[in-house]
Amino acid sequence: MGIVEAILLSVITAATPLVLAALGELVTERSGVLNLGVEGMMVMGAVCAFAATQITGSPYLGILAGIVCGAVFSQLFAFLTLTLVANQVATGLALTLLGLGVSGMLGEGFLGMQGIKLQPIAIPLLSDIPVIGPLLFRQDIIFYLSIALVAGVHWFLFKSRAGLKLRAVGDSHASAHALGVNVIRTRYLAVMFGGACAGLAGAQLSLVYTPQWVENMSAGRGWIALALVVFSSWRPWRLVAGGYLFGAVSISQLHAQAFGLGIPSQLLSSLPYLATIIVLILISHNRRTTLINTPASLGKPFVPDR
Amino acid sequence: MKKLLLALASTAAVIGFASAAAAQEKAKVCFVYVGSKTDGGWTQAHDIGRLELEKALGDKIETQFLESVPEGPDAERAIERLARSGCGLIFTTSFGFMDATIKIAQKFPDVKFEHATGYKTAPNVATYNSRFYEGRYIQGVIAAKMSEKGVAGYIASFPIPEVVMGINSFVIGARSINPDFKIKVVWANTWFDPGKEADAAKALVDQGVDILTQHTDTTAPMQVAAERGIKAFGQASDMIAAGPKTQLTAIVDTWGAYYIKRTQAFLDGKWETTSSWDGLKDGILTMAPYTNMPDDVKKLAEDTEAKIKSGELKPFTGPLKKQDGSEWLAAGASSDDGTLLGMNFYVEGVDDQLPK
Repeated sequence: MGIVEAILLSVITAATPLVLAALGELVTERSGVLNLGVEGMMVMGAVCAFAATQITGSPYLGILAGIVCGAVFSQLFAFLTLTLVANQVATGLALTLLGLGVSGMLGEGFLGMQGIKLQPIAIPLLSDIPVIGPLLFRQDIIFYLSIALVAGVHWFLFKSRAGLKLRAVGDSHASAHALGVNVIRTRYLAVMFGGACAGLAGAQLSLVYTPQWVENMSAGRGWIALALVVFSSWRPWRLVAGGYLFGAVSISQLHAQAFGLGIPSQLLSSLPYLATIIVLILISHNRRTTLINTPASLGKPFVPDR
Repeated sequence: MKKLLLALASTAAVIGFASAAAAQEKAKVCFVYVGSKTDGGWTQAHDIGRLELEKALGDKIETQFLESVPEGPDAERAIERLARSGCGLIFTTSFGFMDATIKIAQKFPDVKFEHATGYKTAPNVATYNSRFYEGRYIQGVIAAKMSEKGVAGYIASFPIPEVVMGINSFVIGARSINPDFKIKVVWANTWFDPGKEADAAKALVDQGVDILTQHTDTTAPMQVAAERGIKAFGQASDMIAAGPKTQLTAIVDTWGAYYIKRTQAFLDGKWETTSSWDGLKDGILTMAPYTNMPDDVKKLAEDTEAKIKSGELKPFTGPLKKQDGSEWLAAGASSDDGTLLGMNFYVEGVDDQLPK
């Protein structure tokens, strides 16, 4: 295995949780809800996935547990902000704090345990293609799911009727409501999807990236995912580009350091953020398309009987 | 909403009361932790020390602790709360609590404070630290013996003297065996991020190192080493569980003896401001069992440890040159503690540019 393949393999592992969590948040935000609790939902997914894997011995049940935990946990946010119309920003931040605390408590009995790594699945024929075979077709199921989900979300948002309704809710909830769309239900489902994706991203952390449980193991990835959504101007494939670019620069800077290029490490460490911001600014330089893509009702509370 | 937030916030700031049965007469000894007491590393080591203290002097004292206290303004509040609640002796266990400790100590002249790894003292503030670099020297010796390629990978956190000192000590130890030994350094710029630490480990292994050592807090690098079939060293706690066939040894922080000694002095009314910097011989750090190495290497490691304990061997002893080739220590001369505590340069043999 050459050094380039080695780097690319690490990049895929590093980028997958970002893409997944960001994708869920993208759908949530497209419905007009800003959930800053991604970090909390992600870490809940990580602890649930790890615990379920340890108890049942099956990482696949672990993945399922991660998804369910993220989704259920997100419903707390949905209830507070959609039914009780609490402030979304404050509630989202609280969800992150709560997730970090609760996951620490749940995970206390699992600290220091030897993790079970989710094994890759080689896809017949395709995995034999030189270079890209081992990279793209000898991966674990979470990677395949992440790509399938991006394609699915793109199709859903821009090609399906339900997706059109969801975008309508996000752009102008009053108009959507007047047209008979159930705004609150749509948003509940969008928040739940966001939670499920963040939970899946968390499962990737505790089953693939670093198969272990330590408190606060998401270490800020939820916040990076949130930023990716904005910089991708709410478009799924751009989000993939952003996530992988971020991963690529993060891994390359570590290699640059190990290689001894003599560039200050603080500069190298900030490169992923700089590069991602610059590239995404460049690809979204057209203000009109950016405006069209921004959900106009983002973060605004909706009370149906008003 | 406000109430809810308050409730959530208080859940998040987990407060632990160590002893429920609060006897009136007992002196209170308190601890401020930067992380969770089950972090598997730095804070856990301090908490084990606290438990040993309770075991030893439990009939005379009770302990209390605050965990996951962020460095910064929150630390001041946490320390002040402990001081107000009747703690007689307070240990603040992170470098970043330094200024907060000094500030609160001025307000409470009758309370004694002990700050870990800092350098500011006051009439009622002592400091304590551990000579971790002694363990790093032994690791260097082992690495030079065990590495086939003569290159080790070093995952570093932040370019502070403590970490730079560790890198230098490792290299000096390794070069005492193999004068051509090299290390590759990767700065993760974090103490705690399992993913990033694992990425750094992978990058180093992909570039051909066959021994890994780390100055970050999680077992992720140990896991990568195990996966790739190379050897590695643990940090702060024994990490053998993460790499039963991988860990060569680990530097284990053992604060218990110090906590007992200082609390006893406090109870006897003999507490004084000191700047303690103990090492292997005092038992403030110990080496995890030497495993996964041939007997002759194990013997060499044990001998090195014995020599450091007896004072026969001091890691920072000349002839030593700085990275740029300029003379640092003449043959036989040892570095003073002041230089070590402010260390901001590499010694010869480090293949990295020190971040400024």
